[in-house]
Amino acid sequence: MTGILAIMMGVILTNNYVLSQFLGICPFLGVSKKVDSAVGMGVAVTFVMVLATAVTWPIQYLVLDRFGIGYLQTIVFILVIASLVQLVEMTLKKYMPPLYKSLGVFLPLITTNCAVLGVCINNINDGYNYVESLFCSAGAGIGFLLAMLLFAGLREKLEDSKGIPECFQGIPITLITASILSLSFMAFSGVVDGIFN
Amino acid sequence: MTSVVLPAIIVAVIGLIMGIILTIASKLMYVPVDEKVAAISEALPGANCGGCGFAGCDDYANAFSENPDLSPSLCPVGGADVAAKIAGILGVEAGDVDPQVAMVMCTGNVSVTKQILEADRLHTCKDAKMFYGGQWACTFGCLGLGDCADACNYNAIFNAGGVAQVDKEACIGCGACSKVCPQHIIDMIPKKKLVHVACKSAVKGAITRRACSTGCIGCMKCQKACKFDAIKVENNLASIDYDACKNCGLCAKECPTGAILNQRVKKAPVQKPAAAEAAPAQA
Repeated sequence: MTGILAIMMGVILTNNYVLSQFLGICPFLGVSKKVDSAVGMGVAVTFVMVLATAVTWPIQYLVLDRFGIGYLQTIVFILVIASLVQLVEMTLKKYMPPLYKSLGVFLPLITTNCAVLGVCINNINDGYNYVESLFCSAGAGIGFLLAMLLFAGLREKLEDSKGIPECFQGIPITLITASILSLSFMAFSGVVDGIFN
Repeated sequence: MTSVVLPAIIVAVIGLIMGIILTIASKLMYVPVDEKVAAISEALPGANCGGCGFAGCDDYANAFSENPDLSPSLCPVGGADVAAKIAGILGVEAGDVDPQVAMVMCTGNVSVTKQILEADRLHTCKDAKMFYGGQWACTFGCLGLGDCADACNYNAIFNAGGVAQVDKEACIGCGACSKVCPQHIIDMIPKKKLVHVACKSAVKGAITRRACSTGCIGCMKCQKACKFDAIKVENNLASIDYDACKNCGLCAKECPTGAILNQRVKKAPVQKPAAAEAAPAQA
Protein backbone atom coordinates (compact mmCIF):
# COMPACT_ATOMS: atom_id res chain seq x y z
CA MET A 1 0.00 0.00 0.00
CA THR A 2 2.72 2.43 1.01
CA GLY A 3 4.56 1.44 -2.12
CA ILE A 4 1.64 2.34 -4.35
CA LEU A 5 1.10 5.62 -2.53
CA ALA A 6 4.77 6.47 -2.89
CA ILE A 7 4.67 5.68 -6.61
CA MET A 8 1.62 7.86 -7.15
CA MET A 9 2.90 10.80 -5.12
CA GLY A 10 6.23 10.51 -6.84
CA VAL A 11 4.75 10.59 -10.31
CA ILE A 12 2.28 13.37 -9.51
CA LEU A 13 4.69 15.74 -7.78
CA THR A 14 8.39 14.99 -8.05
CA ASN A 15 8.45 13.24 -11.40
CA ASN A 16 5.51 15.05 -12.94
CA TYR A 17 5.41 13.91 -16.54
CA VAL A 18 4.97 17.37 -17.97
CA LEU A 19 6.91 19.57 -15.61
CA SER A 20 9.85 17.32 -14.72
CA GLN A 21 10.10 14.78 -17.51
CA PHE A 22 9.07 17.07 -20.37
CA LEU A 23 6.67 14.62 -21.97
CA GLY A 24 3.33 15.69 -23.39
CA ILE A 25 4.45 19.29 -23.85
CA CYS A 26 2.40 19.64 -27.02
CA PRO A 27 -1.05 19.48 -25.40
CA PHE A 28 0.39 21.26 -22.37
CA LEU A 29 1.10 24.32 -24.49
CA GLY A 30 -1.63 23.78 -27.06
CA VAL A 31 -4.75 23.05 -25.05
CA SER A 32 -4.07 25.20 -22.01
CA LYS A 33 -5.66 28.44 -23.11
CA LYS A 34 -8.84 27.79 -21.21
CA VAL A 35 -9.32 26.00 -17.92
CA ASP A 36 -12.34 24.06 -19.23
CA SER A 37 -10.59 22.49 -22.17
CA ALA A 38 -7.43 21.93 -20.11
CA VAL A 39 -9.42 19.89 -17.61
CA GLY A 40 -11.14 17.96 -20.41
CA MET A 41 -7.79 17.15 -21.95
CA GLY A 42 -6.32 16.18 -18.58
CA VAL A 43 -9.16 13.80 -17.78
CA ALA A 44 -9.01 12.24 -21.24
CA VAL A 45 -5.25 11.71 -20.95
CA THR A 46 -5.61 10.12 -17.52
CA PHE A 47 -8.23 7.77 -18.87
CA VAL A 48 -6.17 6.75 -21.88
CA MET A 49 -2.97 6.35 -19.85
CA VAL A 50 -4.58 3.81 -17.53
CA LEU A 51 -6.18 1.93 -20.42
CA ALA A 52 -2.98 1.92 -22.45
CA THR A 53 -1.01 0.56 -19.52
CA ALA A 54 -3.64 -2.08 -18.89
CA VAL A 55 -3.13 -3.34 -22.44
CA THR A 56 0.58 -2.76 -23.11
CA TRP A 57 1.86 -4.34 -19.89
CA PRO A 58 0.53 -7.81 -20.78
CA ILE A 59 1.74 -7.41 -24.35
CA GLN A 60 5.25 -6.64 -23.15
CA TYR A 61 5.47 -9.59 -20.80
CA LEU A 62 3.32 -12.14 -22.64
CA VAL A 63 4.31 -11.44 -26.22
CA LEU A 64 7.43 -9.35 -26.67
CA ASP A 65 9.53 -10.82 -23.86
CA ARG A 66 8.46 -14.38 -24.61
CA PHE A 67 9.67 -14.12 -28.19
CA GLY A 68 12.70 -12.09 -27.20
CA ILE A 69 11.79 -9.09 -29.33
CA GLY A 70 11.72 -6.44 -26.59
CA TYR A 71 13.45 -4.04 -29.00
CA LEU A 72 10.18 -3.73 -30.93
CA GLN A 73 8.55 -2.26 -27.82
CA THR A 74 8.21 1.28 -29.19
CA ILE A 75 6.60 0.42 -32.49
CA VAL A 76 4.27 -2.18 -31.02
CA PHE A 77 3.17 0.15 -28.23
CA ILE A 78 2.44 2.97 -30.66
CA LEU A 79 0.41 0.58 -32.78
CA VAL A 80 -1.54 -0.69 -29.81
CA ILE A 81 -2.16 2.71 -28.25
CA ALA A 82 -3.34 4.26 -31.50
CA SER A 83 -5.82 1.44 -32.11
CA LEU A 84 -6.91 1.53 -28.50
CA VAL A 85 -7.72 5.22 -28.64
CA GLN A 86 -9.76 4.65 -31.79
CA LEU A 87 -11.62 1.84 -30.09
CA VAL A 88 -12.28 3.94 -27.00
CA GLU A 89 -13.57 6.75 -29.15
CA MET A 90 -16.02 4.46 -30.93
CA THR A 91 -17.17 2.85 -27.71
CA LEU A 92 -17.80 6.18 -26.07
CA LYS A 93 -19.66 7.47 -29.10
CA LYS A 94 -21.97 4.49 -29.04
CA TYR A 95 -22.56 3.88 -25.36
CA MET A 96 -21.69 7.06 -23.52
CA PRO A 97 -22.60 10.04 -25.70
CA PRO A 98 -22.34 12.58 -22.85
CA LEU A 99 -18.80 11.46 -22.03
CA TYR A 100 -17.99 11.38 -25.74
CA LYS A 101 -19.15 14.95 -26.03
CA SER A 102 -16.89 16.18 -23.27
CA LEU A 103 -13.83 14.03 -24.12
CA GLY A 104 -14.48 13.38 -27.81
CA VAL A 105 -12.54 16.22 -29.33
CA PHE A 106 -9.49 15.45 -27.21
CA LEU A 107 -9.25 11.73 -27.91
CA PRO A 108 -7.74 11.94 -31.42
CA LEU A 109 -5.21 14.42 -30.06
CA ILE A 110 -4.05 11.88 -27.53
CA THR A 111 -3.37 9.11 -30.06
CA THR A 112 0.21 10.14 -30.43
CA ASN A 113 0.71 11.91 -27.13
CA CYS A 114 4.21 11.01 -26.04
CA ALA A 115 3.26 11.14 -22.37
CA VAL A 116 0.98 8.13 -22.88
CA LEU A 117 3.70 6.16 -24.63
CA GLY A 118 6.19 7.36 -22.04
CA VAL A 119 4.13 6.08 -19.14
CA CYS A 120 3.75 2.65 -20.74
CA ILE A 121 7.46 2.33 -21.43
CA ASN A 122 8.54 3.71 -18.06
CA ASN A 123 6.29 1.26 -16.26
CA ILE A 124 8.16 -1.56 -17.96
CA ASN A 125 11.59 0.02 -17.42
CA ASP A 126 10.89 0.58 -13.74
CA GLY A 127 9.90 -3.07 -13.38
CA TYR A 128 6.52 -2.36 -11.79
CA ASN A 129 4.06 -5.21 -11.46
CA TYR A 130 0.63 -4.96 -13.07
CA VAL A 131 -1.17 -3.23 -10.18
CA GLU A 132 1.70 -0.83 -9.56
CA SER A 133 1.77 0.00 -13.26
CA LEU A 134 -1.92 0.88 -13.28
CA PHE A 135 -1.57 3.14 -10.25
CA CYS A 136 1.54 4.73 -11.68
CA SER A 137 -0.37 5.52 -14.89
CA ALA A 138 -3.28 6.96 -12.95
CA GLY A 139 -0.82 9.08 -11.00
CA ALA A 140 0.89 10.23 -14.18
CA GLY A 141 -2.51 11.22 -15.57
CA ILE A 142 -3.43 13.11 -12.43
CA GLY A 143 -0.05 14.84 -12.51
CA PHE A 144 -0.72 15.85 -16.11
CA LEU A 145 -4.17 17.11 -15.15
CA LEU A 146 -2.68 19.09 -12.27
CA ALA A 147 -0.06 20.69 -14.50
CA MET A 148 -2.67 21.53 -17.17
CA LEU A 149 -5.03 23.03 -14.62
CA LEU A 150 -2.39 25.20 -12.97
CA PHE A 151 -0.97 26.35 -16.26
CA ALA A 152 -4.35 27.10 -17.85
CA GLY A 153 -5.32 29.12 -14.79
CA LEU A 154 -2.12 31.16 -15.08
CA ARG A 155 -2.59 31.66 -18.80
CA GLU A 156 -6.16 32.86 -18.40
CA LYS A 157 -4.93 35.50 -15.97
CA LEU A 158 -2.12 36.48 -18.33
CA GLU A 159 -4.54 36.81 -21.24
CA ASP A 160 -6.53 39.38 -19.29
CA SER A 161 -3.54 41.38 -18.24
CA LYS A 162 -2.41 44.11 -20.59
CA GLY A 163 0.74 44.80 -18.59
CA ILE A 164 2.95 42.38 -20.53
CA PRO A 165 5.62 44.13 -22.62
CA GLU A 166 4.91 43.76 -26.32
CA CYS A 167 7.94 41.65 -27.05
CA PHE A 168 6.83 39.07 -24.47
CA GLN A 169 3.21 38.76 -25.49
CA GLY A 170 1.93 35.44 -26.70
CA ILE A 171 4.32 32.50 -26.91
CA PRO A 172 7.32 34.03 -25.07
CA ILE A 173 5.42 34.77 -21.87
CA THR A 174 3.75 31.35 -22.12
CA LEU A 175 7.09 29.58 -22.27
CA ILE A 176 8.49 31.70 -19.44
CA THR A 177 5.46 30.87 -17.33
CA ALA A 178 5.89 27.19 -18.12
CA SER A 179 9.53 27.30 -17.07
CA ILE A 180 8.73 29.01 -13.77
CA LEU A 181 5.97 26.50 -13.08
CA SER A 182 8.40 23.69 -13.83
CA LEU A 183 10.96 25.30 -11.56
CA SER A 184 8.45 25.49 -8.74
CA PHE A 185 7.72 21.78 -9.09
CA MET A 186 11.41 21.08 -8.55
CA ALA A 187 10.76 22.09 -4.96
CA PHE A 188 8.98 18.76 -4.51
CA SER A 189 12.07 16.72 -5.28
CA GLY A 190 13.08 14.86 -2.17
CA VAL A 191 9.77 15.53 -0.45
CA VAL A 192 8.24 12.20 -1.39
CA ASP A 193 11.42 10.28 -0.59
CA GLY A 194 11.50 12.06 2.73
CA ILE A 195 7.96 11.06 3.57
CA PHE A 196 8.06 7.44 2.55
CA ASN A 197 11.57 6.41 3.53
CA MET B 1 16.60 -15.01 -41.60
CA THR B 2 14.30 -16.10 -38.77
CA SER B 3 15.58 -13.22 -36.68
CA VAL B 4 13.91 -10.86 -39.13
CA VAL B 5 10.91 -12.88 -40.20
CA LEU B 6 9.61 -13.86 -36.77
CA PRO B 7 9.47 -10.33 -35.32
CA ALA B 8 7.96 -9.07 -38.57
CA ILE B 9 5.28 -11.72 -38.41
CA ILE B 10 4.53 -10.99 -34.76
CA VAL B 11 4.18 -7.28 -35.36
CA ALA B 12 2.06 -7.95 -38.44
CA VAL B 13 -0.17 -10.27 -36.46
CA ILE B 14 -0.59 -7.70 -33.68
CA GLY B 15 -1.44 -5.09 -36.31
CA LEU B 16 -3.85 -7.47 -37.98
CA ILE B 17 -5.59 -8.28 -34.71
CA MET B 18 -5.95 -4.56 -33.93
CA GLY B 19 -7.26 -3.96 -37.42
CA ILE B 20 -9.81 -6.72 -37.15
CA ILE B 21 -10.95 -5.52 -33.73
CA LEU B 22 -11.35 -1.99 -35.07
CA THR B 23 -13.23 -3.17 -38.13
CA ILE B 24 -15.62 -5.26 -36.09
CA ALA B 25 -16.00 -2.45 -33.60
CA SER B 26 -16.79 0.08 -36.27
CA LYS B 27 -19.61 -2.18 -37.47
CA LEU B 28 -20.89 -2.91 -33.99
CA MET B 29 -20.60 0.63 -32.74
CA TYR B 30 -21.87 2.23 -35.87
CA VAL B 31 -23.87 5.29 -34.97
CA PRO B 32 -26.19 6.14 -37.82
CA VAL B 33 -25.76 9.70 -38.96
CA ASP B 34 -29.13 11.23 -39.59
CA GLU B 35 -29.55 12.53 -43.14
CA LYS B 36 -31.73 15.21 -41.68
CA VAL B 37 -28.82 16.46 -39.60
CA ALA B 38 -26.76 17.03 -42.72
CA ALA B 39 -29.67 18.79 -44.41
CA ILE B 40 -30.24 20.99 -41.39
CA SER B 41 -26.56 21.91 -41.18
CA GLU B 42 -26.85 22.94 -44.79
CA ALA B 43 -29.88 25.11 -44.10
CA LEU B 44 -28.35 26.92 -41.14
CA PRO B 45 -26.42 30.10 -41.88
CA GLY B 46 -23.11 28.71 -40.64
CA ALA B 47 -22.25 31.79 -38.61
CA ASN B 48 -21.49 29.59 -35.58
CA CYS B 49 -22.44 32.46 -33.35
CA GLY B 50 -24.00 30.32 -30.63
CA GLY B 51 -27.14 32.41 -30.56
CA CYS B 52 -29.30 29.29 -30.49
CA GLY B 53 -27.72 28.20 -27.24
CA PHE B 54 -25.65 25.43 -28.83
CA ALA B 55 -21.93 25.41 -29.53
CA GLY B 56 -22.39 26.17 -33.21
CA CYS B 57 -24.54 25.47 -36.22
CA ASP B 58 -23.48 21.82 -36.45
CA ASP B 59 -24.12 21.30 -32.80
CA TYR B 60 -27.61 22.71 -33.16
CA ALA B 61 -28.25 20.45 -36.17
CA ASN B 62 -27.01 17.43 -34.22
CA ALA B 63 -29.26 18.26 -31.33
CA PHE B 64 -32.30 17.50 -33.49
CA SER B 65 -31.37 13.84 -33.75
CA GLU B 66 -31.33 13.53 -29.97
CA ASN B 67 -34.34 15.67 -29.30
CA PRO B 68 -36.94 15.64 -32.07
CA ASP B 69 -39.10 18.09 -30.13
CA LEU B 70 -36.44 20.78 -30.29
CA SER B 71 -37.76 24.03 -31.65
CA PRO B 72 -36.63 24.74 -35.21
CA SER B 73 -36.91 28.47 -34.52
CA LEU B 74 -33.91 28.98 -32.27
CA CYS B 75 -31.62 30.47 -34.89
CA PRO B 76 -31.67 34.24 -34.47
CA VAL B 77 -29.48 34.85 -37.50
CA GLY B 78 -31.54 32.92 -40.01
CA GLY B 79 -34.83 34.04 -38.55
CA ALA B 80 -38.11 32.86 -39.99
CA ASP B 81 -36.65 31.71 -43.33
CA VAL B 82 -34.28 29.24 -41.79
CA ALA B 83 -36.87 28.11 -39.25
CA ALA B 84 -39.25 27.32 -42.09
CA LYS B 85 -36.55 25.39 -43.94
CA ILE B 86 -35.64 23.35 -40.88
CA ALA B 87 -39.28 22.73 -40.12
CA GLY B 88 -39.69 21.52 -43.69
CA ILE B 89 -36.81 19.09 -43.28
CA LEU B 90 -38.18 17.83 -39.99
CA GLY B 91 -41.74 17.82 -41.21
CA VAL B 92 -43.09 19.91 -38.37
CA GLU B 93 -44.66 23.32 -38.01
CA ALA B 94 -42.27 26.19 -37.60
CA GLY B 95 -42.97 28.22 -34.53
CA ASP B 96 -42.88 31.97 -34.64
CA VAL B 97 -39.41 33.30 -34.49
CA ASP B 98 -39.18 36.12 -32.06
CA PRO B 99 -36.12 38.01 -33.22
CA GLN B 100 -34.01 39.09 -30.32
CA VAL B 101 -31.61 41.93 -29.89
CA ALA B 102 -29.04 42.74 -27.28
CA MET B 103 -29.79 45.63 -24.99
CA VAL B 104 -27.34 47.27 -22.63
CA MET B 105 -29.27 47.71 -19.44
CA CYS B 106 -27.52 50.82 -18.28
CA THR B 107 -27.77 54.50 -19.06
CA GLY B 108 -24.96 55.75 -16.85
CA ASN B 109 -22.85 57.83 -19.20
CA VAL B 110 -20.30 60.43 -18.17
CA SER B 111 -22.89 63.12 -17.65
CA VAL B 112 -25.10 61.25 -15.20
CA THR B 113 -22.79 58.89 -13.37
CA LYS B 114 -20.09 59.85 -10.96
CA GLN B 115 -16.60 58.89 -11.94
CA ILE B 116 -14.34 57.81 -9.11
CA LEU B 117 -11.23 56.69 -10.99
CA GLU B 118 -9.21 57.70 -13.99
CA ALA B 119 -9.49 54.76 -16.33
CA ASP B 120 -6.50 55.57 -18.54
CA ARG B 121 -4.63 52.42 -17.64
CA LEU B 122 -7.61 50.12 -17.84
CA HIS B 123 -8.08 48.62 -21.27
CA THR B 124 -10.80 46.04 -20.91
CA CYS B 125 -13.94 45.70 -18.84
CA LYS B 126 -12.54 42.49 -17.40
CA ASP B 127 -9.47 44.39 -16.16
CA ALA B 128 -11.61 47.17 -14.78
CA LYS B 129 -13.88 44.74 -13.00
CA MET B 130 -10.89 43.27 -11.18
CA PHE B 131 -9.46 46.68 -10.42
CA TYR B 132 -11.84 48.11 -7.83
CA GLY B 133 -14.80 47.50 -10.08
CA GLY B 134 -13.90 50.14 -12.62
CA GLN B 135 -14.06 53.87 -12.95
CA TRP B 136 -17.65 54.53 -11.98
CA ALA B 137 -19.28 55.10 -8.62
CA CYS B 138 -21.97 52.58 -9.56
CA THR B 139 -20.70 49.03 -9.36
CA PHE B 140 -23.53 47.55 -11.40
CA GLY B 141 -23.30 49.54 -14.58
CA CYS B 142 -21.56 49.45 -17.91
CA LEU B 143 -17.80 49.77 -17.51
CA GLY B 144 -17.64 51.33 -20.94
CA LEU B 145 -14.38 49.77 -22.08
CA GLY B 146 -15.86 47.83 -24.93
CA ASP B 147 -15.38 44.12 -24.25
CA CYS B 148 -18.81 43.67 -25.82
CA ALA B 149 -17.87 45.67 -28.90
CA ASP B 150 -14.79 43.47 -29.31
CA ALA B 151 -16.94 40.37 -29.04
CA CYS B 152 -19.43 41.60 -31.63
CA ASN B 153 -18.85 40.28 -35.13
CA TYR B 154 -21.41 42.59 -36.66
CA ASN B 155 -20.21 46.00 -35.50
CA ALA B 156 -23.48 46.50 -33.72
CA ILE B 157 -22.08 47.95 -30.52
CA PHE B 158 -20.66 51.40 -30.11
CA ASN B 159 -19.60 53.56 -27.22
CA ALA B 160 -21.94 56.37 -26.29
CA GLY B 161 -20.28 58.58 -23.73
CA GLY B 162 -18.83 55.83 -21.57
CA VAL B 163 -21.63 53.38 -22.00
CA ALA B 164 -22.05 50.70 -24.61
CA GLN B 165 -24.99 50.92 -26.90
CA VAL B 166 -26.47 48.44 -29.32
CA ASP B 167 -27.47 49.36 -32.84
CA LYS B 168 -30.76 47.50 -33.03
CA GLU B 169 -30.64 47.30 -36.81
CA ALA B 170 -27.18 45.80 -36.97
CA CYS B 171 -27.67 43.41 -34.06
CA ILE B 172 -28.53 39.87 -35.11
CA GLY B 173 -29.21 38.66 -31.60
CA CYS B 174 -26.38 36.14 -31.27
CA GLY B 175 -25.75 37.05 -27.65
CA ALA B 176 -21.96 37.05 -27.87
CA CYS B 177 -21.78 40.42 -26.10
CA SER B 178 -24.10 39.27 -23.37
CA LYS B 179 -21.83 36.34 -22.58
CA VAL B 180 -18.68 38.41 -22.46
CA CYS B 181 -19.96 41.30 -20.31
CA PRO B 182 -18.38 40.96 -16.85
CA GLN B 183 -21.20 43.02 -15.36
CA HIS B 184 -23.92 40.88 -16.95
CA ILE B 185 -25.86 43.93 -17.96
CA ILE B 186 -26.46 43.03 -21.59
CA ASP B 187 -29.79 41.26 -21.86
CA MET B 188 -31.22 39.52 -24.88
CA ILE B 189 -34.69 40.88 -25.36
CA PRO B 190 -37.46 40.48 -27.92
CA LYS B 191 -36.91 42.98 -30.72
CA LYS B 192 -40.55 44.01 -30.65
CA LYS B 193 -40.44 45.18 -27.05
CA LEU B 194 -39.67 48.85 -26.74
CA VAL B 195 -39.84 49.64 -23.03
CA HIS B 196 -36.91 48.62 -20.88
CA VAL B 197 -35.60 49.09 -17.39
CA ALA B 198 -32.12 50.21 -18.31
CA CYS B 199 -30.55 49.69 -14.94
CA LYS B 200 -29.18 46.78 -12.97
CA SER B 201 -28.43 48.45 -9.68
CA ALA B 202 -29.70 46.26 -6.89
CA VAL B 203 -28.65 48.44 -3.98
CA LYS B 204 -30.91 50.76 -2.03
CA GLY B 205 -32.28 53.79 -3.78
CA ALA B 206 -30.25 56.28 -1.77
CA ILE B 207 -26.99 54.60 -2.69
CA THR B 208 -28.00 54.37 -6.32
CA ARG B 209 -28.94 58.03 -6.37
CA ARG B 210 -25.57 59.04 -5.01
CA ALA B 211 -23.80 57.21 -7.83
CA CYS B 212 -25.98 57.95 -10.82
CA SER B 213 -28.90 60.17 -11.62
CA THR B 214 -30.61 57.82 -14.04
CA GLY B 215 -30.56 54.68 -11.95
CA CYS B 216 -33.51 52.65 -10.76
CA ILE B 217 -34.17 53.56 -7.13
CA GLY B 218 -36.85 50.98 -6.56
CA CYS B 219 -39.58 53.49 -5.83
CA MET B 220 -42.33 51.15 -7.05
CA LYS B 221 -44.05 53.87 -9.07
CA CYS B 222 -43.76 51.86 -12.24
CA GLN B 223 -45.18 48.76 -10.62
CA LYS B 224 -48.23 50.74 -9.52
CA ALA B 225 -48.60 52.39 -12.89
CA CYS B 226 -48.55 49.18 -14.91
CA LYS B 227 -51.98 47.95 -15.90
CA PHE B 228 -50.76 44.56 -17.04
CA ASP B 229 -48.75 43.46 -14.01
CA ALA B 230 -45.76 43.38 -16.27
CA ILE B 231 -43.30 45.27 -14.12
CA LYS B 232 -42.13 44.16 -10.69
CA VAL B 233 -39.71 45.68 -8.24
CA GLU B 234 -37.48 43.17 -6.52
CA ASN B 235 -34.21 43.80 -4.69
CA ASN B 236 -34.58 47.53 -5.26
CA LEU B 237 -34.72 47.00 -9.00
CA ALA B 238 -37.62 47.04 -11.41
CA SER B 239 -37.79 44.35 -14.03
CA ILE B 240 -40.16 43.88 -16.93
CA ASP B 241 -41.88 40.63 -17.77
CA TYR B 242 -41.69 40.84 -21.55
CA ASP B 243 -44.43 38.27 -22.03
CA ALA B 244 -46.88 40.52 -20.24
CA CYS B 245 -45.58 43.91 -21.40
CA LYS B 246 -47.71 45.69 -23.98
CA ASN B 247 -45.24 48.44 -24.82
CA CYS B 248 -47.61 51.10 -23.44
CA GLY B 249 -44.83 53.08 -21.80
CA LEU B 250 -46.81 54.18 -18.75
CA CYS B 251 -44.03 53.02 -16.48
CA ALA B 252 -41.48 55.07 -18.36
CA LYS B 253 -43.66 58.13 -17.90
CA GLU B 254 -43.91 57.53 -14.16
CA CYS B 255 -40.25 56.81 -13.61
CA PRO B 256 -38.75 59.73 -11.64
CA THR B 257 -35.15 59.05 -12.65
CA GLY B 258 -35.52 58.05 -16.27
CA ALA B 259 -34.21 54.56 -15.67
CA ILE B 260 -37.00 53.17 -17.80
CA LEU B 261 -36.44 53.76 -21.48
CA ASN B 262 -39.30 54.05 -23.89
CA GLN B 263 -38.00 53.54 -27.40
CA ARG B 264 -41.38 54.16 -28.95
CA VAL B 265 -40.71 57.83 -28.62
CA LYS B 266 -39.25 59.21 -31.81
CA LYS B 267 -36.30 60.66 -30.01
CA ALA B 268 -35.01 57.18 -29.32
CA PRO B 269 -31.53 58.04 -30.60
CA VAL B 270 -31.23 60.67 -27.92
CA GLN B 271 -32.34 58.23 -25.29
CA LYS B 272 -29.93 55.63 -26.45
CA PRO B 273 -26.91 57.79 -25.88
CA ALA B 274 -28.37 58.73 -22.57
CA ALA B 275 -28.49 55.14 -21.55
CA ALA B 276 -25.37 54.87 -19.68
CA GLU B 277 -23.63 52.85 -17.32
CA ALA B 278 -24.16 52.75 -13.71
CA ALA B 279 -27.53 51.45 -13.03
CA PRO B 280 -28.89 52.76 -9.89
CA ALA B 281 -30.95 50.73 -7.68
CA GLN B 282 -34.32 51.27 -6.53
CA ALA B 283 -35.40 50.85 -3.14
